Amino acid sequence: MKLKVHYIILLALVLGTVSCKKDNYEAPSVSLKGRLLYNGEEVGVEHNQVKLELYQSGFGKVGAIESTFAQDGTYSQILFDGQYKLLIPNGQGPFRWRENAAGSRDSLAVSLNGAQTLDLEVIPYYMVRNAVYTKTGTTLTSTFRIDKIITDANAKNIEYVALYVNKTQFVSATDQIASSGNVIGADILDPANMTLTATIPSITPTQNYVFARVGVKIVDVEDMVFSPLKKIEF
Amino acid sequence: MKKIYIYLTLTALIFSGACKKDSDFLDVPPKQIIPEETAFNDPALVLSVMADLYNRQRDFSSLDGYPNPDDNNNVVPGWRTMSDFNESFPSDGGGYDIVRRNQWEYNEWYVWDYNYIRDMNLFIERATAATQLSADDKKRFIAEARFLRANYYFELVKRMGGVPLITQSQQYNYDGNVTSLQVPRSKESEIYDFIIREADSIKTLLPKIDVTRDKSRATTGAVLAMQSRAALYAGSIAKYGAGTPTVSLPGAEVGIPAALAQGYYTKALAASQEIINGSAGSYALYKVLPDLSDNFAAIFLDKSTVNAEAILIEDFKVNSGKVHGFTVNNQPSSISDEGDDAGRINPSLNLVESFEKLDNTYAPLATKDAGGNPMYYTNELDIFAGRDARLAGTVLLPNTTFKGEKLDIWAGYVVADGSIVTSNDASITLALPGTSNKVQVVGQDGPINGVQLRTQSGFYIRKYLDPQVGSGRRGRQSDVAFIRYRYAEVLLNAAEAAFELNQPGVGLIYLNQVRERAGLVTPLTEITFDRIVHERKVELAFEGHTLFDMKRWRLAHVVWNGSQMSVASLTSNLGSATKASTQPYGLWPYKYYNPGNPNNGKWLFREVLPAAATGISRFRLGNYYSTISADILSANPKLVKQPNQ
Repeated sequence: MKLKVHYIILLALVLGTVSCKKDNYEAPSVSLKGRLLYNGEEVGVEHNQVKLELYQSGFGKVGAIESTFAQDGTYSQILFDGQYKLLIPNGQGPFRWRENAAGSRDSLAVSLNGAQTLDLEVIPYYMVRNAVYTKTGTTLTSTFRIDKIITDANAKNIEYVALYVNKTQFVSATDQIASSGNVIGADILDPANMTLTATIPSITPTQNYVFARVGVKIVDVEDMVFSPLKKIEF
Repeated sequence: MKKIYIYLTLTALIFSGACKKDSDFLDVPPKQIIPEETAFNDPALVLSVMADLYNRQRDFSSLDGYPNPDDNNNVVPGWRTMSDFNESFPSDGGGYDIVRRNQWEYNEWYVWDYNYIRDMNLFIERATAATQLSADDKKRFIAEARFLRANYYFELVKRMGGVPLITQSQQYNYDGNVTSLQVPRSKESEIYDFIIREADSIKTLLPKIDVTRDKSRATTGAVLAMQSRAALYAGSIAKYGAGTPTVSLPGAEVGIPAALAQGYYTKALAASQEIINGSAGSYALYKVLPDLSDNFAAIFLDKSTVNAEAILIEDFKVNSGKVHGFTVNNQPSSISDEGDDAGRINPSLNLVESFEKLDNTYAPLATKDAGGNPMYYTNELDIFAGRDARLAGTVLLPNTTFKGEKLDIWAGYVVADGSIVTSNDASITLALPGTSNKVQVVGQDGPINGVQLRTQSGFYIRKYLDPQVGSGRRGRQSDVAFIRYRYAEVLLNAAEAAFELNQPGVGLIYLNQVRERAGLVTPLTEITFDRIVHERKVELAFEGHTLFDMKRWRLAHVVWNGSQMSVASLTSNLGSATKASTQPYGLWPYKYYNPGNPNNGKWLFREVLPAAATGISRFRLGNYYSTISADILSANPKLVKQPNQ
């Protein structure tokens, strides 16, 4: 049998054009982002500690798309369009969130159709407000007020308050180079007028700024609530 | 004509061959599988099935390992947990993560092996149905399996809280409906009740002491020891759980009502006393060797009948295939049989300093005098003098002997101007100031910051370390047993239960017995919660108790609170149950070099935080009960999530 070259070329062409389509799924590209807010005010939390879950049903087993809030209370996810349920799991965050009749946190239905900004209104147990920082020598002084937001039967006491200083923007009890030490709740006389001081240690390599914020630990609540982050230059 | 005969013969042959019934020909009994009717008709075969069930028990700090959930071909060393909780420092690259992390994951300590539970349920059902076993064999096998099942549920409830209680093998009938197989979680208290109830009903079915004195099989004593521990755990969760109200679920799958505490403590005391008064066989504290530290170490090495302290062990045997590499991995570096394989677990100063003095008082190891000047010691061991004998029985101190060799642990020379002369290996010699002779400036066994597989804290572990020749070789390994239940723990359980039941006099008797064996011969006159916490910490160190003790007392989030430590906080509040321990410190010995000075050649010590220990342990409220994986939650929608999940 004679080999017919043009058949082979034709076959190669057909195969080539047909298989040109990419066989991968498109990557998710729709952004869902937002912040934790209390009446429009930022609710500060610890970086990478307060969990956020998104559920999408209809694809076999259900598992959460997990993420955490940044320390200024923002979150962001890149997803596909679709119907989601957003949940901040029980016990997470220094705040109360919508609860169902059984007393566990209720999920929020999110219908995603194009990029969306969804701020989450929460009711924190406390807010740290009006934090003002002054630096004299190596001493950093912070004056601020603590407002008790939840005052009904669900109110909780302050376990301790502390001023934290770090050389990077991540500031918390674990990420710190200096702190004021814990002032326990029983020792707080006037929450509306508080002053804490910390000694800034020498930093190697030298840098002429630090970051600071004030955190409040609430009894029986895992996560602390923080004042907005402040960069202190000197 | 001849051909006809041949054809006839052939035909006859074919027919005779084909006469066999199809079923006879096709149904060949498999040679590699023993069918269950056969297996359950022969006590020797049942015992080998049983051995597999024993082997799959899960210990928190075992000497061998458990299957790695992420990698089927590998095991996680069970002793890895011993380097956690700041009781020791992990001196190997793969373990640094333990001291670098700032917290434990929510799913740490997660266990959910219902395949194992199914196999135990099947075993019980098949053994019950077996016809050829003698009544005695049958009774013992079934009771043993029930013990293993209860003990495994205990392991589950410690880590996960209330779990689905499945006591019969489940059968799927292929109708597409699996709801009957989905069992919701029981209350936490119901699982403890199950364990206690099972113990009550099987304790009389088991032998008091095995005829061959085999301590690796369940006996009445083992059942009672499990019951004593389980009831004590349940009691303390009921009592101290009130301190962490958010660690609970509305359906009580997590958390036990405070009202039940009394009942559980009573049960714990009764079960312990049943062992103590000898009705379960003659158990006693191990008091054999004249040196109290050697005696304490020998509890874990002596497998002979002399050891009446071990109640249930996981046994190993050299050349049998069931051996472990604990000694290979943790032997002192200078006498290692395997070149560099050594020194992975380095007990921390946090643990070492908590061993009290012989006058029953707590004191940090004195590195400085009242004026803040360094203390100089003539011998390296002098700083540890006059302490609880269990210290040297649990920890290999600098300049002590192991396998006939002295440990060479020192971090360098401190010279007259206070600077330090040291190097990165004992083989790198340096000249001291004012001399030209190069000398060794660091111990062969460490400590050197960042040099793995030798101590970085100044100590090696002694508990379970095998002094047999060859135990440090990978080819031989070690057969030191892991003690799952021992008499001293039963005494401490009894002491704690009695204390909680407001019977301090009874508690003191038991507590003082354990202390007296350790050389603390002046009896305590008062029993306090702090004393109980302390005693369990030093007596049961590295035996897998720390985490669960701290959890049940709801002290874990207090002790591992995520706050930075300093030498001042390290050396204060000793003996307090709430003392924070978030970073593993070391104690480094130095030689003083200052010719002409009276202290020349003496030893001084410094508290050092090993450089790799950058993390600060923080136990979150969500760590009290490990999260259930999404896979399991979505397979069984009846399961409720953990409190912080």
